[in-house]
Amino acid sequence: MAALDKAKAEDDLREGVDRETIETVKAMSGSYKYGWETEIETEYAPKGLNEDIVRLISEKNGEPAWMTDWRLAAYRRWLEMKEPRWAMLNYPEIDYQDQFYYAKPKSMGTKPKSLDEVDPKLLATYEKLGIPLKEQMILAGVEGAEQTPAEGRKVAVDAVFDSVSVGTTFKEELKKAGVIFMSISEAIKEHPELVRKYLGSVVPASDNFFATLNSAVFSDGSFVYIPPGVRCPMELSTYFRINAENTGQFERTLIIADKGSYVSYLEGCTAPKRDVAQLHAAVVEIVILEDAEVKYSTVQNWYPGDEMGRGGIYNFVTKRADCREARAKVMWTQVETGSAITWKYPSCILRGDDSQGEFYSIAIANNAQQADTGTKMVHLGKNTRSRIVSKGISAGRAQNTYRGLVSIHPKAKGSRNYTQCDSLLIGDKCGAHTVPYIEVKNNSSRCEHEATTSKVDEDQLFYCRSRGMDEEEAVALVVNGFCKEVLQALPMEFAMEAQSLVAISLEGSVG
Amino acid sequence: MAQTAVKAGGERLATLALPESGAWLAAARKAAQARLLAMGLPGRRDEYWKYTNPTSLTDAAVTSAAAFDDPSEAPAFDAIDRVTLVFTDGVFDADASDDPAAAGVEITRLAEAGARDLHWARDLYGVLETRGQTPVARPLAALNSALATDGVLIHATGRATKPVSLVYRHRSETSDANLHHCIKLDAGAEMTILESGPGAARFNTVMEVEVADGAAFHHIRTQGRDHDRRVATHIFARLGAESRFKTFTLTANGVLTRNEAVVELTGDDAQAHIAGAAMGDGGFHHDDTVFITHDAERCESRQVFKKVLKGGAVGVFQGKILVKPGAQKTDGYQISQSLLLDDDSQFLAKPELEIYADDVKCSHGSTSGAIDETALFYLRSRGVPEKTAQALLVQAFLAEAIEEIEDAAIAEDVRGRLDAWLARRMG
Repeated sequence: MAALDKAKAEDDLREGVDRETIETVKAMSGSYKYGWETEIETEYAPKGLNEDIVRLISEKNGEPAWMTDWRLAAYRRWLEMKEPRWAMLNYPEIDYQDQFYYAKPKSMGTKPKSLDEVDPKLLATYEKLGIPLKEQMILAGVEGAEQTPAEGRKVAVDAVFDSVSVGTTFKEELKKAGVIFMSISEAIKEHPELVRKYLGSVVPASDNFFATLNSAVFSDGSFVYIPPGVRCPMELSTYFRINAENTGQFERTLIIADKGSYVSYLEGCTAPKRDVAQLHAAVVEIVILEDAEVKYSTVQNWYPGDEMGRGGIYNFVTKRADCREARAKVMWTQVETGSAITWKYPSCILRGDDSQGEFYSIAIANNAQQADTGTKMVHLGKNTRSRIVSKGISAGRAQNTYRGLVSIHPKAKGSRNYTQCDSLLIGDKCGAHTVPYIEVKNNSSRCEHEATTSKVDEDQLFYCRSRGMDEEEAVALVVNGFCKEVLQALPMEFAMEAQSLVAISLEGSVG
Repeated sequence: MAQTAVKAGGERLATLALPESGAWLAAARKAAQARLLAMGLPGRRDEYWKYTNPTSLTDAAVTSAAAFDDPSEAPAFDAIDRVTLVFTDGVFDADASDDPAAAGVEITRLAEAGARDLHWARDLYGVLETRGQTPVARPLAALNSALATDGVLIHATGRATKPVSLVYRHRSETSDANLHHCIKLDAGAEMTILESGPGAARFNTVMEVEVADGAAFHHIRTQGRDHDRRVATHIFARLGAESRFKTFTLTANGVLTRNEAVVELTGDDAQAHIAGAAMGDGGFHHDDTVFITHDAERCESRQVFKKVLKGGAVGVFQGKILVKPGAQKTDGYQISQSLLLDDDSQFLAKPELEIYADDVKCSHGSTSGAIDETALFYLRSRGVPEKTAQALLVQAFLAEAIEEIEDAAIAEDVRGRLDAWLARRMG
């Protein structure tokens, strides 16, 4: 059916459409671009999960005893927990014993001292993904970036490949500014006082089923510390790549923005095409102190599974930012196009007076994808502000749910929330759902919630078609317009990627 | 895990003494008991009771409530030419009631219906309630179907001559009443049901309404001033093509009120309007729970709910619009708003959309906040005293929901009641 549709779309193209359009559409219709696999020798921990595996991961990372104990406590807690099933997600039982919890390329046996020592195959992988691991390189695919001054376009990258961090760029330059940016496994050894103080302070080890699992078995991830008053001189980013088969990726990110500091953080992720679903359960914790600000942007592009719903990543993620002190500010921006199953609710704990939380999200579900995503805004401090803009797009047979909580506590006087959730349906086999919880417990606060669901506007489509665009292109353009407010919240590099992703993700959804 | 918590009370439910009755009603009660046993009573951890504690509605013992009767207050809908049927503590009171025949519809008392072969009632009693049990269980409604001893069965074959006014009186401090009404409107029929009065210390009502093609059903209800009451009401409605269903509820006070409306639009071009205005003070807990299913094309549903809360009052709104595959051209609208008059009150809302058709227009909005300071300032600058200004703004806020009532005379009556209740509260 889909093949037929594609053939039809190609026929349409040949009638009076210029060469460039054909090229553009062809480039877009490659569907999942990152589905290849790096052939590399991989070392696995034995299959399954038990205390020995938890100890083994801790040992592989050369962790101190307190860390091992922390993991074991989480593991024991996890055994008593039940997998949550309240989300509007339908997936087969996950066999937690039928997974590898640790996989690393053999060439990473001894940690390379610098990027020059990293296995060329790994470097080639990131190069192919468009991720610059050489410091002189700039992010691929960004038009006009050559004209921007060198200072402005630097992005430091921590590259995580299966269970390990391959390397982190610009470490030295960042160090001069006092910024600590390294893998969390290194941070546990080099900055135990910071890790010990903040790890689990936002997402406690016992928080929820998937976060607790992560606390027990996380293998690597990124660590960021921005000292007081420092504006991070460049954007930081982590790129997660799952390569090994039957392996879950469990990374942990911890970001601490000390008083008056600022950082913009980007996260990207991809995985090869496989028929068997793979598990990803990450935790991101952000601590924001007085007057500090963190921007966290994600382009989630895990393999979504094929048209029949075979394979794909099961993405169960706990992300939370704690605006711990006055005037702290956090902004979550997410573009969710990948994964077979998405279970993700980046949240803001607005504890400090006058603190602010923002959540901008685009979630696209096509074919058999299912997404249940949203945010929680917990207003605890006085005059706290939050803003939620969520755009959900469903196509094919996909189900897309916005699930969110806005909670204004009795003591959070003078607080303000604005929520806007819009859903767009493309085709009559998909579903779009909105499940907000709104709890207002004082009267000096104002809370506003708006949600709409509609189909792609026929007039807009007609206009685009009358200008010579084919239907898919027209839909992509209209959808990009629908997502505009969120796309604008992304850093430029990501906005470009996100825009083309929107088009790719909807490939095959019309016609 | 939720399952085991919900099934609490199973032993009690299995041994419930079902009322004696004729064959078809006895069978319907047994079936309801079986449904109830399968789902169990709602518990605190039940997601559908997240914001309202059902314990006092499900406890074996009834929390006593002072009987409420204020002779200074004019009877509800006094200005409307109506047929009044009175139930005292859940039992029909023929002496206090008008002659049912005057309404121009066929009215039978549930307590007397079991012995008669009312095939239309047999096809309705517990049937819409059962349909309304999925996807969310409503055990209190099944409990009602199993236990209800009284109520009315109304069959409208054409246009009713007068509205039927169901008046509930509360005399016993420990009364635990279940009333179950079935209303069937044949194609093209039209009628209005009015409900008012405290009812009982604990009061559980179910109204099943079948609205055939082209028929119109209006329901206007006031719940008020008997502060100690604990009430769970349920309306289950099924709508045929081009039919209309409109319900409005005005509520004041009450330690616990849960009004559920479950409406299924099964014929094309049907219309359902569900509205409510509530005001509460102190230990007031008011919960509006609405579930609308669009299962036909070009239907319209509209929910308008307004709440004014003060002195620690809690307002809850759970409203869901479900648009089934194929229910194209659906127009679903929902607004829930609360005005918090002081810092102790709470508004808890869960407005939900679940949509499986693409050519639809659905939206919901929810707001919560204090009285608009600018508007208050304006009125004060015109010489309106603060209390009056506040009352005016509250009145205007709630009046928007009253505008949903179609019949001008009834709307006027409700407005008058609202004003009287407001005057009492604000004075």
